[in-house]
Amino acid sequence: MSNDVLVPAPPTLPTHKPIRLIDETGRAVTGTQTAGFRMPDTDTLLSLYRRMVLARRFEAQVTALTRQGRLATYPSALGQEACEIASVAALAQQDWLFPTYRDTIALLTRGVSPVEILSFFRGDWHTGFDPHAHRISPQSTPLATQALHAVGLATAAKLKQDDTVALTFLGDGSTSEGDAHEAFNFASVWQAPVVFVIQNNQYAISVPYSKQSRARTLADRAIGYGMPGYYVDGNDVAAMYAVVTAAVERARAGHGPTLIEGLTYRMEAHTNSDDPTRYRETSETAGWLDHDPIDRVEKHLDRAGALTTAVRASIAAEAEALATATRDAMNETPVLDPLEVFDHVYSAARPALLEQRAFLANELAHTDTREAGAA
Amino acid sequence: MTLLDEIRTGDARTAGISTSHASAERAAPAILSPAPAVSIAGALNAALRDALAADSNVVVFGEDVGPLGGVFRITDALHAEFGEDRVWDSPLAESGIVGTAIGMAMYGLRPVIEMQFDAFSYPAFEQITSHLAKMRNRTKGRVTLPIVIRIPYAGGIGGVEHHSDSSEAYWTHTPGLTVVSPSNPADAYSMLREAIESDDPVIFLEPKSRYWAKDAVELPVHTAPMTRAVVLRAGTDVTLLAYGPTVKTALHAAELGAEEGLSVEVVDLRSLSPFDDETVGASVRKTSRAAVIHEAAQFGGYGAEVAARVTERQFFHLAAPVLRITGFDIPFPSPKLEEHYLPTAERVLAALDTWEW
Ligand SMILES: Cc1ncc(C[n+]2csc(CCOP(=O)(O)OP(=O)(O)O)c2C)c(N)n1
Repeated sequence: MSNDVLVPAPPTLPTHKPIRLIDETGRAVTGTQTAGFRMPDTDTLLSLYRRMVLARRFEAQVTALTRQGRLATYPSALGQEACEIASVAALAQQDWLFPTYRDTIALLTRGVSPVEILSFFRGDWHTGFDPHAHRISPQSTPLATQALHAVGLATAAKLKQDDTVALTFLGDGSTSEGDAHEAFNFASVWQAPVVFVIQNNQYAISVPYSKQSRARTLADRAIGYGMPGYYVDGNDVAAMYAVVTAAVERARAGHGPTLIEGLTYRMEAHTNSDDPTRYRETSETAGWLDHDPIDRVEKHLDRAGALTTAVRASIAAEAEALATATRDAMNETPVLDPLEVFDHVYSAARPALLEQRAFLANELAHTDTREAGAA
Repeated sequence: MTLLDEIRTGDARTAGISTSHASAERAAPAILSPAPAVSIAGALNAALRDALAADSNVVVFGEDVGPLGGVFRITDALHAEFGEDRVWDSPLAESGIVGTAIGMAMYGLRPVIEMQFDAFSYPAFEQITSHLAKMRNRTKGRVTLPIVIRIPYAGGIGGVEHHSDSSEAYWTHTPGLTVVSPSNPADAYSMLREAIESDDPVIFLEPKSRYWAKDAVELPVHTAPMTRAVVLRAGTDVTLLAYGPTVKTALHAAELGAEEGLSVEVVDLRSLSPFDDETVGASVRKTSRAAVIHEAAQFGGYGAEVAARVTERQFFHLAAPVLRITGFDIPFPSPKLEEHYLPTAERVLAALDTWEW
């Protein structure tokens, strides 16, 4: 694979103060901490805010449904909305997203319907949506593996001379996996149009960042791979949007991959089967309330006079409608065809699988008769 | 000359290959006009060349497959012919090779990738079993991954440790994968072309001790579908089931058996997954005895699957239990000791002698 496009400029170590554009009081940040990135315009911020509010309401609903036992599990991204939404918003239609199990609201923001999304967590089918239709790969459970898929897809797009970019999310824990390293390295050697967004939410299940890595920042790693790295305040949607957009543009222009670390915090448990009180103080979590990503941009928009009562009301109504639709959809019992499990293993029917399918069909037929007899 | 170079140039004797493996070439197929002698390595190279020429979505990448042409020269000259965007050297990382191939296939390419040696496919185990094999199923058939992973496998070339593993049981145990292994040049060509055209991922196990075995073959050639087993030699007393490197062992055993008045049928499985129950079943019903031969260790191995299937399906036609003639349940031994490990024709016949006839 030729990488004749551009020799990247020698990367420099990212600053160890996270890049920010809006502070906790909603004020615009000035000076070195912006690293030269410009504040997105008010319409963009308003749209990011709206999507974050919808996503939070959606997750609250889904978490409730999980507690009621309607979903098998759900890894919430509460508190990480800025990373998730800014990243997706920076993508163009032709771009691909490679998400993990935690990045559900990224799928929602990209237009996948709640039912298609949640069939994974409800346990109907591993992936409920059409990856090609949405240009989103299945949510990856084996850590860091999807980053290589992103590099491969982006490379294929480059070979076909399409201007498609692939963006993949990684957790702080998953950066310890070999596949994360291989993905960074392949992407850089092949100058693949890829954007790596590490959401450093500071825990990998129970393991804190301090036991995951001794690197001051994960963005520091970029230099070792020969690509630019940015350390960003992951709870500042304006900064995340500005940096990811620049990285996407850079990739699209043929200048190769970028590594972005968004420093954020997971407010909820890892999943509903996790007990966070065993590994972190509630005071620590409470402290992060001051850094809430939605709150911050809301204050900013308020100051700018962009959040009129009408706008607020319309967003709130939209959020409620989404929650209601999600709840209603999940209250319906899915109709599943057990025999379908045999249909998507190989492209052509296999005699041995057809035999096993017939066996299950026969078993189901007898179960039906027994149940009918009992009724 | 290094050991490997000697093997590459075809001088198997100096490379210390046990004579039972270096001799007894398979009988050439009946042909009307003289056809050129083609090795398995040459046939694979031709198949890759023809596939690259036929479909611009086919790409070849991996470790050293570019200008060098692969450590076994299977990709020889392809880089020069098709260029850096079709045939290239990747960074040295097997998980990365398989993982990026998956992304490429999602975008419409048909990657043919090489794992340099059998045991070096293990870093890619997760990508192969968790993603390559499952993607179609996870997505209800919406994402297909037409990827071929070529793995030079098994022993017999005096390789140092980690260069002689037989990993077929790992792959055949994984639903979603097709696993095949050719044993002769014609099949090597035909099966690789078919594997590349398949919409499902294929693990293509190349018996490296047989790379230089030649047959008279006119290329391109179409042999039986790659998912079918083939009866290579007809017999009435016993069915030997073999694949890849042990096909030659089986044919050799058949010849030795014939000298003792034993009529041996040899079936080349060719496809390990799916398993061709039909061809194997028909043969076993005819002979009423079966033995499976492989290089991999016995315990939990592929032979256990074969024996179980044949027993379940043909029990009332069987005159004796299905036998396994395999490697020992030990890590593959050092080069100087591998001849004691590899199943030989003599060992096959000795095993058959344990039956009451
Ligand atoms: C290869 C692999 N090993 C272990 C796990 C089990 N596991 C699931 S999530 C997780 C923690 C991941 O942490 P991080 O990457 O920081 O992402 P986060 O869950 O915080 O978003 C672990 C260990 C897994 N899914 N895959």
